[in-house]
Amino acid sequence: MSALIELSNVTKTFGHGQASFQALRGVDLQVEEGDFIAIMGPSGSGKSTAMNIIGCLDVPTSGEYLFQGAHVELLDRNQRALLRRHYLGFVFQGFNLLARTSAKENIELPLLYRGESAAVRHKMSTAALEQVGLTGWGHHTSGELSGGQQQRVAIARAIVTNPTLLLADEPTGNLDTTRSHEIMQLLRSLNEDKGITVLMVTHEPDMAEYAKRSIEFVDGKVESDTKNPALDRTGITTKSKDDQIDQTGVIQGDFNAME
Amino acid sequence: MLWSSFLLAIKGIRRNLMRSFLTILGIVIGVAAVITMVTLGNGATQAVKDQVSSLGSNLLMIRPGTRMRGPRGDGTPDFKLDDVKAIREQISRLAAVAPQVNKSETVVAMANNWSTSVTGSNNDFFTAGSWSIAEGRKFTDAEETAGQAVCVIGSTIRRELFGTSEVLGENIRVKNFSCQIIGVLKSKGTSNMGQDNDDIVLMPISTVQRRIAGNRDVSGILVSVENESDITRVQTQLTQLMRERRHLTDKEDDNFNILDTRMIAETLSGTTQVMTMLLSAVASVSLLVGGIGIMNIMLVSVTERTREIGIRLAIGALEKEVLLQFLIEAVVLAGLGGIIGIILATITSIILSQVMGVPYTFNVMINLVSFIFSAGIGVLFGFVPARKAARLNPIDALRHE
Ligand SMILES: Nc1ncnc2c1ncn2[C@@H]1O[C@H](COP(=O)(O)OP(=O)(O)OP(=O)(O)O)[C@@H](O)[C@H]1O
Ligand SMILES: [Mg+2]
Repeated sequence: MSALIELSNVTKTFGHGQASFQALRGVDLQVEEGDFIAIMGPSGSGKSTAMNIIGCLDVPTSGEYLFQGAHVELLDRNQRALLRRHYLGFVFQGFNLLARTSAKENIELPLLYRGESAAVRHKMSTAALEQVGLTGWGHHTSGELSGGQQQRVAIARAIVTNPTLLLADEPTGNLDTTRSHEIMQLLRSLNEDKGITVLMVTHEPDMAEYAKRSIEFVDGKVESDTKNPALDRTGITTKSKDDQIDQTGVIQGDFNAME
Repeated sequence: MLWSSFLLAIKGIRRNLMRSFLTILGIVIGVAAVITMVTLGNGATQAVKDQVSSLGSNLLMIRPGTRMRGPRGDGTPDFKLDDVKAIREQISRLAAVAPQVNKSETVVAMANNWSTSVTGSNNDFFTAGSWSIAEGRKFTDAEETAGQAVCVIGSTIRRELFGTSEVLGENIRVKNFSCQIIGVLKSKGTSNMGQDNDDIVLMPISTVQRRIAGNRDVSGILVSVENESDITRVQTQLTQLMRERRHLTDKEDDNFNILDTRMIAETLSGTTQVMTMLLSAVASVSLLVGGIGIMNIMLVSVTERTREIGIRLAIGALEKEVLLQFLIEAVVLAGLGGIIGIILATITSIILSQVMGVPYTFNVMINLVSFIFSAGIGVLFGFVPARKAARLNPIDALRHE
């Protein structure tokens, strides 16, 4: 069992009784170490909900979630916090930077909880700022940064610890095309050079093409799971719609065979 | 972990300067108000006690009039000097028996005039009233019996009429006669009730009777007892004697009353204690208002703080680390506010008690109580919402609205 994470029949229901809403209706998903996955799907299909559960920010209503073979659903709050601290990096859909706090301090926050010294924190945060193209912006507070800059600070904060698994919920949602591609290049190099497993939600097919694998959510379920052609993903690949459908079929077939 | 939580807490305080400032302000106001008011109230009580004891200890005051209808105005007869003589002869172990006649008069000297109270008495008055002579001398027997125009003046009279110049041997005019100053009383200062003790002109009683009052009445008698334990005995004997001398039958009530300075002391300090309690009640309200202010600030910022806690948890902070940070933040703010409040209260109390002329004492109890109360509110309302947030799933904390 070499899978980094493994979800089986994970459901998530919000609310109780009449007002309850099932956001995830039985998600099965395996992510191998070193994979780079793009999650797509219509708004409200449960992408963020699934990311939050994988990121240990929320707990599933039912189902199993294994992280490196360990049952996450059985862990207590503190164990989940330590899992987040040591293995995960999370880029939120809404940035979630600390208000009135400098970019540098925001980025150093996870290092602080890891107990890194001030010198190490400084070195790593400077490197992370450079990676997201914000060298020299460290002392600006969140309020002084544009939406795109804030997003890049959020990315820097998620990658500064070199996490095992990087979860990014629409990391390019607020960026222009050029910047978006830069961020994708960054994610890819983190994936390829540092072996960080990346799970990314995106609405843009262009961005999804950087990933090795695309997953589509519909109505709280994994609708399709496609291996992207192993092209030289240096730029924008051209790929016909038919190919995709074809591959979807193959993967779906695999899933069916497994059941 | 303690140190890093402390650093985070300090960063948090600096980041939310306005909120921190308002929290501290709420605590400062609460603490300072309570401490100042209670300290001043206690000072006033103390001042009254001092004042009464400066009246003279072991002192009984006999005044005409029934207790019920007040001192005068009910036609009861005044005393005579014979009553004074009888008391001195028939009751043993008395330190002083001083008759008293008070008249409000304008006194004039060196083209200045001053309205004051002219008191006629004898040399026993100095003992009974705990007065001592600063300059000059008391009356001689001859002056007393002859009713000569001599007087001993209080320091206020001296200041108002003569300024700094020499007064012994000078004359002051009272009504239509001139009166030679033979002595100056040592100052007793202003009582906390605002009454100037030194605003007094003292003359032999026969002088006042003949030249000012125009009759032989004595409006009150001060009796000073040698031993405090004798007070009750003397009081009983005095009552009996005065009833005999005033020819009261068994059925009639006393037409005079005897006041015990200890009783006055108790009554007066009772009054100021009520005042202190009243002040404390007002102060408690300000403490409460300060507390509500803190609550408000904390509750208003709950959303922001909950989201911040969500971020910290999401990034990998443990619940206890977050709690420690916010606890430290709350304790630092509350402690700072409490200390500033105490310093402020101490300064204000010292200044105000000077202005009001009451003694200042540092009251450990009230400092402690108000500090603990406001700091408690600060910690409670800073910490409890934080604890609630830290127990949420990170995502719920992040979503808080
Ligand atoms: N805390 C919550 N309480 C109630 N309903 C929720 C909650 N969180 C999510 N939902 C619901 O679950 C569904 C899935 O939400 P989710 O955020 O996962 O969608 P998404 O796929 O990320 O959409 P988008 O692309 O717009 O971000 C939505 O219908 C949403 O209303
Ligand atoms: Mg989403």
